This record gives sequence, structure tokens and C-alpha cells, in this order.
Amino acid sequence: MATCLLSTWRISGRCITSAARTALNGKSGGGFFSFSSAVAPSSLQNMPELLLQTFLNATYAASYIALIAVGLVLIFGVMGVINFAHGELYMLGAYGVVAVYVGAQQSFLLAVAVGLIFVGTVGLLMERALFRPLRDNPLSGLVASIGLLLILQALAAIFFGVRMEHIPPVTQEVLRFSDGVSLPLQRFFVIVAAVVLLAGLWMFLKYTRFGWALRASAEDREAAQLQGISVARIAQLAMVIGAGLAGIAGALTAPLVRVYPYMGHSVIVTVFIVIIVGGVGSLEGAVIAAIVYAFVHTFVTTFFDGVVADIVGLLLMLIVLVIRPTGLFGARDRA
Amino acid sequence: MPDFLRLRCLLAWTALAVLLCALPFFLSYSQKEVLVFTTINVILVVSYRHLTLTGEWSLGHVVMMGCGAYGSALASKQLGLAVPLSMLLGGVCAALVGWLLSYPLFRMRGFYFLIGSFAAGEVIRLLWKRFRDPFGGAKGLKRIPGLEEFELVGLRVDFFDPVPYYFFSLAVAAICIWLLWRIERSPLGWSYHAVHLGDDLARSVGIPTRQLRRRAMVTASFFAGISGALLAHYVGTVNPSRFNVEEMVYVLTWAIVGGVATLYGPILGVVSLTIVNEIVLREFGLDQWRPFFYGALLIASVLFLPKGLESLVASARSMLSRLWSRLA
Repeated sequence: MATCLLSTWRISGRCITSAARTALNGKSGGGFFSFSSAVAPSSLQNMPELLLQTFLNATYAASYIALIAVGLVLIFGVMGVINFAHGELYMLGAYGVVAVYVGAQQSFLLAVAVGLIFVGTVGLLMERALFRPLRDNPLSGLVASIGLLLILQALAAIFFGVRMEHIPPVTQEVLRFSDGVSLPLQRFFVIVAAVVLLAGLWMFLKYTRFGWALRASAEDREAAQLQGISVARIAQLAMVIGAGLAGIAGALTAPLVRVYPYMGHSVIVTVFIVIIVGGVGSLEGAVIAAIVYAFVHTFVTTFFDGVVADIVGLLLMLIVLVIRPTGLFGARDRA
Repeated sequence: MPDFLRLRCLLAWTALAVLLCALPFFLSYSQKEVLVFTTINVILVVSYRHLTLTGEWSLGHVVMMGCGAYGSALASKQLGLAVPLSMLLGGVCAALVGWLLSYPLFRMRGFYFLIGSFAAGEVIRLLWKRFRDPFGGAKGLKRIPGLEEFELVGLRVDFFDPVPYYFFSLAVAAICIWLLWRIERSPLGWSYHAVHLGDDLARSVGIPTRQLRRRAMVTASFFAGISGALLAHYVGTVNPSRFNVEEMVYVLTWAIVGGVATLYGPILGVVSLTIVNEIVLREFGLDQWRPFFYGALLIASVLFLPKGLESLVASARSMLSRLWSRLA
């Protein structure tokens, strides 16, 4: 284990020093939280262009953080359990792409679909095996999900190795707005997918009977049950959607980030910051906080460095926790 | 206490002491090293339990250990203090950090405290990583002086060898555990239990609950710092990734698998898991499966043995006494 950890740290250490090189390849490297954005060498850019480029990078980061965070909030809302293994679901989605797109040489879209279905199934199993028996005990549920985190990491390390996977880019095309401002097409796809998926989720929750039932059981489990809603079924639904969102985020960003078994750690830290700042249990809050956090983090990374950005993000969360523990948009206190 | 019970008690403690002192002479070199680390981990996990007495679970405790390690290493390296003194200073340093952090953190409870302590710990860890000047950056501090060797009736005691260091850390662990036990059995300890079991009730009879939680955290941080200092001067290096959240998860596993209702529960957890780890995993070359194994154990103990291994001890004891009374 010690050697695995060491090599993880070595990987992240190397990428900090070579942020500029990875930036040119269109892969994001940088700080400790691996989405830290890639910026083209600043000698080519003047200030407004640098700002615009950072804005685009932040938008990309916000879109996939929002996808993961919304899934976590959905699970928490219905099950009352914080899923520590959520970052590992994201990791599984990325490894789905490794297995299908790189390993079996299938199309990228098929790989994303397989990743989505696989991670959704894992979510369903988690609900049945862990969260349902531990429903009335949030701390135990959290501890059990920490256990699952270790298991999933170990399985990924054993079957795929601890080394970073190489995933060939799906497309090399770049949307070029000016000399210093560009957006790789892959990143653009992630942004589009996030917007479509989040809008779809919103419509689902707002306009379908299942969505109503889901919101009702998040609001008040007993009252929902009295209305004839099968809370167990709704919990499964929430788990599948939440896990699926993490899986699809992992699959879509797999060619853009460093894929290795411990990639979930940085993601879960980021997503915790986002859901705390947004208010645990508030979907809108999670989306808004994801945007705020991604912008703060990306801009601080660009103008200072990755570690400072991580510290700023964590301090942001601590300040919110101390001043308003229910978060900026949260009304309820369930934990 | 009747005389024969006192005698039995004395005999049991003597037997334990003899066993612990004889233990290193039956082990291989690498097992002796594991023994040293296990002793250090016992101090860590017992101090962690001290914090959970008040009902709060922290995810930043290993970072407190790191504060002790860094503090002690810097005190001996930069200030040139004698190592035992700098170890104490490391503990004080960790207690100080714990005291500072306790002000914002104990505005929260339960899950929020868990996440808040995690964030605070991560900030400290990143500061170690960021500031290369005193802390050495991501590579950490190297060449930390070991414990000074000395001569005892013509016998040179060299603390680079695991056996003398084991005896040293065993003595430190015994003192630490005894102190923590005394605190738990004092009126202060009883009010910790009151804070845990009925926060509002305790407050209504005039117990300052938040202040007590803070005090528990400072005490726990001090002993965690001592364990970190012991580690730093044995290994000779400290780096930020030694105190990351994975290590914290191991501490959590020891505490949960062992159970935290009694003082011996976490010790049982750390010792039994280390034995299983060393014998089963290392001997069979399954080192890679260690996180898997720990994760499965964590889930299994939460699902099937929520009160930990210590509950097995209690039920075994009651079964034995029932058997005894039936025979008599």
C-alpha cells in the first residue's frame, strides 16, 4: 500500500512541475485537485485574453463538478447518507472508458454508455448492500461508504495497475476564438453534456410523477410513504441517477484528466467543498456553488498556483461552515 | 476489592508486562519494526478515542499527529534541543494547533464537524506542502536526529535498533494510556460522557459542553502529537503524505473495528488488524489487497458487529462467568 501511495504522489508531483507541458497537450494537470485548468503559455496572451481563456477553463471545470455534486446531493437528499465513495464512482466511469474505448477499441459513445450503465448498477448494489441496512444511522452509512471507497480503489489498482492510463484523444479539434483564446472540442462537449443532463434532471424532477415522488421523499420520508410512494424504490432511483451522473462525468472527462485509481480523492474533496458551500441537500445550491468554486479555483490557479487555490477553496468551505453551516442555499439541517 | 481479586489483577498486569517485554525477542527484524509502529499507533488510536468520548468524530486527527511530528523534528533540528524534550514540545505544538482549530470547528456538530475537521486538516497539510522553508515542501523533512544513545552499566543503548526504541515507546505508551485513563475516570471524564449522551441536558445543569469538547480535542491532540514525535525520531523523515486521509481512514478502521466504548477496544482493533495484516497479507504476498481487506472489514464491522471487537470480549466474559457459576 505504501508503495502505491508513494507512486500516486509522485504522479501528482510530476504533473505540478509539468503543468505547462500538459497544457499544450490539452490535458489538464496542475494542482492537487486534478481539474486545475490548462492555460496556454502566457507569453502568447495579453491580459483580456488570459482572463477569457481562464473563464472558458473555469466553465469547463464547473460543468463537470456540478454533474458530480448534484449526484451526491441527490443521494444525500433521499437516503440521508453522505456517500464518501462518490469520487470512486467517477473513477469507475473513467475506467469504463479505459476498458471499452481503449481496451476493446469500441466507439467513445458506446464507452460512455457502458460506463454510465456500469456505474448506475454499482450504485444500485450500494443501495441494497450498504445504505438500506444502515438507513437510520448516518455515521455508519458514511463509514461503510469509506470502506467501499477503499475496496473500489484497490480493485481498480489490481485490475488496471496504479499507473496513469493513456487515453487517446477522441478529437484533436480546437475551437479557436482568437490567438490566445481557445477551447478544445472535447471540453466543449463536456460543457454541452453537463448543461443537457442537468436541464434533463431538472425537467424530470419538476414535471414527472417519479420526479415529484423523489422530491417528496427527500422532503419528508414518512409523509411520502403515507401518500403511497414506495420510498425504497425511490431510493434506488436516486442512487442510480446520482451514481450515473458521477459515472458519466468520469467517462466524458476520461480523455481530459489523469486517469489512475486514486483520482477520486481530489474529486471528492472538491465536491464536498461544493455541497457544503451550496448547502447540503440543495440541488440549485450545488450547481451555483460548483460554478463559484470552479471560477475561484481556476482563477487562483492561473494567477498564483494550484496549492494556493486548494487552500483558498478549503478555507472558503471552512468559513461557510463556521458562519452558516447550512450552506448558502440550504434550508434544512439533516445531518 | 477483595484480596484475591487484587492479587489476580496484579498477576494479570505482570503477565501482560512480561509478555510485552519478551515479545521482541521472538520476532524477526522487520516484525520488530512493525512492533514499534504498532506501539506508536496504539497511542494514536487511544488518543483518537479520547476525542470520541464527547461524541464527535474527527477526520483531522492524523494531521494532529503530523503537527507533533513536524514540531518535534523542527525543535530538534533547528533549535538543537535534546530529543526527549523536543518530543514533549511536539506534543505541546499539536495541542496548540488543536486548541486554535477547536474554536471554529466546535461551532459545528456531527457530520459538519467531520467534514470541517477534514478540511482544516487538509489546509494544514497543504501548508506543509506549500512552505518549503521550515517544512521542506512535498518531500518533507529529512535527517531528523534520533534519540541520543547512552550507556547503561556498560551496555550501549542505540535507539536506531528497533528493540530499544520499542521499549522506549512502550514506556511512553504506558504513561500516555495511564494518563488518558486517569482523565477519563476523573470528574472531567464523566462530564465528557455527559456531553456525549445528553448535550442539552448537560448544558441545562451547567456543564459548558463546547468548552469541554475543546478540552477533549486539545488533550487528544497532545497525545497524538506525542505519537507523531515518536514516529518522526524513529523513521528520521516526515512528509505531508504520511498524514493524509488514507492514514486517517486506517485510524478510523482500527477504532471502529475495535469499538470505542472501552479503553481497550481501539487497542484491540489496532493490534488485531496489524497481526492480520502482517501475517495474512504480507506472508501470502497480498500486500496489494490491503486496502480492499480494510474496506471489507470496515463494512463488515459496521454491518455485523456495530459495537466492535470489544463487545465480543464482554460477551465472552459473561459466558465464562455463567459457565463458572454453573460449575461451582
